[in-house]
This record gives sequence, C-alpha cells and structure tokens, in this order.
Amino acid sequence: MIEAIVHGLHGLLAGFLHMSLPNVLMIGGGLLLLYLGIKKGFEPLLFVPIGFGAVLVNIPLGGLMEEGGILRTFYDAGVMTEIFPLLIFVGIGAMTDFGPLLENPKLLLLGAAGQFGIFLTLLLALALGFSKLDAVSIGIIGACDGPTAIYVSSQYAPHLLGAVSVAAYSYMSLVPIIQPPIMKFLTTHEERTIKMGVVRSSVSRTTKILFPILTTIIAGLIAPMGVPLIGMIMLGNLMRECGAVSRLTKASENEIANVVTLLLGITIGATMEGHAFLKPQTLVVFGLGFVAICLDTVAGVAFGKLMKVFTRGRINPLIGAAGISAYPMAARVAQIEGQKYNRKNYLLMHAMGANTGGQIGSVMAAAVMLSVLKGMGNI
Amino acid sequence: MDNLTFGLSLIVVGMGGTLLSLYILTLLMNLLKKFFPYGKENENKEKSREEHRDD
Repeated sequence: MIEAIVHGLHGLLAGFLHMSLPNVLMIGGGLLLLYLGIKKGFEPLLFVPIGFGAVLVNIPLGGLMEEGGILRTFYDAGVMTEIFPLLIFVGIGAMTDFGPLLENPKLLLLGAAGQFGIFLTLLLALALGFSKLDAVSIGIIGACDGPTAIYVSSQYAPHLLGAVSVAAYSYMSLVPIIQPPIMKFLTTHEERTIKMGVVRSSVSRTTKILFPILTTIIAGLIAPMGVPLIGMIMLGNLMRECGAVSRLTKASENEIANVVTLLLGITIGATMEGHAFLKPQTLVVFGLGFVAICLDTVAGVAFGKLMKVFTRGRINPLIGAAGISAYPMAARVAQIEGQKYNRKNYLLMHAMGANTGGQIGSVMAAAVMLSVLKGMGNI
Repeated sequence: MDNLTFGLSLIVVGMGGTLLSLYILTLLMNLLKKFFPYGKENENKEKSREEHRDD
C-alpha cells in the first residue's frame, strides 16, 4: 500500500520533475504577453490567448500539442488547413470601409510602397542563411498583417509559425512607437504641415458593390495563388456593402471573427513550446521583423514624398506611412503626427484611404509572391 | 538558383508585380467611379422617390 501511495505521489510530482529551463522561460514569455495584452493594451484580443497558449503548452505532460491533444486538434484543423486566417479575412473585409480609398484611388499606390519591406527583408533573411521558404515567411512579417503572415508561414515554414506570428502582431501593436521617429526623420517641417483637402463621401453604392467582385476576379487572374486571401477579404466587404446579408456581415465581424481569433490565438501560443521556440533563430526572426516594419515605413513615406512632387504639393508624405496593413492604427499615427505640426490639419480620412490600400497591398503582395514562387518552381 | 539570384528576382518580379497589380486596381476604381458616379445614382434615387410621392 505504501508503494502505491509513493507511486501516486510521484504522479502528482511528475509535472515538477519534468519541468525544464526552456519551459520556465517560455511560461515567463507567456506571462509577459498576458501582461502586455491585459495591462498595456497591446493587441489584447490576440496577446491574451497567445500568452495563455504559451503557458499551457509549456506545462510538462499536459499533452495539449501531442497527437489527439485539444490544441493539436485545433491547430491541425484550423491553422494547417488555413481555415482560421481565411475566416479572419472575411471578418476584416466585413469591417473595412473602402470608401476613402475609392474616393482617392491613387492612395492604393501607397499601399504598394508599404510592402517594400517584405521583399527587402526576404533578401536580408536569405543573406543570413535562411532557406528560401523560411526567408519568404520571415519577409511576410513586413506585410504588417497577422492573418497573411500566419497563412504564408503555416504553409511554407510551420516551424517558424510561432515566431513569425508573434513578431507580426507585436510590431503591429508597436506601430505608434516605431513609425513616428522614421516619419519625422524622412520629412521636412514644411512637408509635415501640408494640408490636404476634405474628403467627401462621393462614391456610389454600385461602385462599392462592384469593387470587391471585380477586384477578386482581376487580382485572382494576376495572382491565382492568392485567390483564397483576396477572395475572403473581398467576400466580407461585398457582404458589408451590398446590405442584403446583414446577418452574415454581423456574424462575420463579430461571432465568427471572435471565435476564430480565440482559437487562432491559443493555437499560435501553443506553437511556442520552450525547446522548439528558444533558439537563436527566433531572435533573428524578431530582429528581421523589426527591420521589415521600419523598411515599410521608409518606403511608404518616400513614396508619399514622390506623390507630393507629382501632385504639386497636394499630398502630405506622412500619409505614406499609413500604407501598411495595421488598420486603423497606422492611419491614426499619420493623423496624430500631422496634427503635431499643424493643429488644423485633418489627415485621418486620407490616411484611412492609404491604410485600406495597405490592407489590399499586403494581401496582393503575398498573393503575387506565392504565384511568383510557384512560377519559379519553389512551391 | 542561388539565394542571391532568387532574392533579387523575387524583389523585381514580386514588387513589380505588386505595384503593377495595384496600379491596375486603381484604374478599375477610376473606371467604376466614371461609369457609376455618385451624383447620377443619387439623382435617380431622388427621382424615383418623387415619382412614388406623386403616385
């Protein structure tokens, strides 16, 4: 009987006995994400489930990510099949108003410039010795778009999924800190004070309905590998604009997006198991992700300056920084920075146009990159 | 294909392709605005409302 009691007690101590330093460190990492999400308000909808997922998976013998484990089941069913990021895209489309962009279509080009970071970072990652597909997954952090980063890395570098997604969401939440110094450094005082005209809501409903349909067809024909990405975001937007399926629109932007965000977050967190995550490679991924966001901002502002020249001073280059996918944070940063130098300057709607352009731009950049990779025979 | 050639090719074709495809989408937006202008659609709505009132 004593032997049975000893065995029983051993069972209760097994968790402690199997605890290793990487697990302890990653539980600390998970708690840090929880702190950032709860206390600091950094992307709480994602950091809370990701942080908790990281804590869960680092408790030894829990078996959550082993075959048949609950988080492994969610991961296999939702992340590896790409269902989760694509459902998030439907929600993003349903929440996004492309009106400011349709009002001023040339702002979409700022959304293209904001993707330069993806390709330059990819080159840097290759130079640092990462394999081609790993470099593609790291470069995609520069899309500043969590679901796109997850979509690409889950397909082509699943071993980097945790690092890539946490880096993407971390830097998205740090946009208000990362961008302003770069914006200030690259623009003159005169440029920052440029006032842009008032945006009038003068886009017809037919245009708003046809835009997502035709964009899906055209973008799909140009980059067929990106049809799932562009198709889902545009489906969500079509539902929003047509007004005929308000129940589906509301479900997409609320219930579906919320459930999927929870499951996606916790499964991403579950990829952060100490022994697999704590590698020098992870730090390099984080470093390159930071470079990617900085390069996006540099390219966006530089393109904004170019547009200022071509429009004879009617574009404030600050809105170029909003040409990334971090919506609506990047637009707010442009507005705040603009008002610092000219209190009567209202850049928000223009920046929103560039920001929604950045959303389309990031998806399009990923789609083009995947199609080019397929064309080159790499995937 | 070595890594440098791969990276540079992807920058040229990838970034060029992204810029080109987004430029095509700006053309699409301009065309849509031209064929379905806001004012005309609103005028039509106003007219139909007035017709209903007359009825």
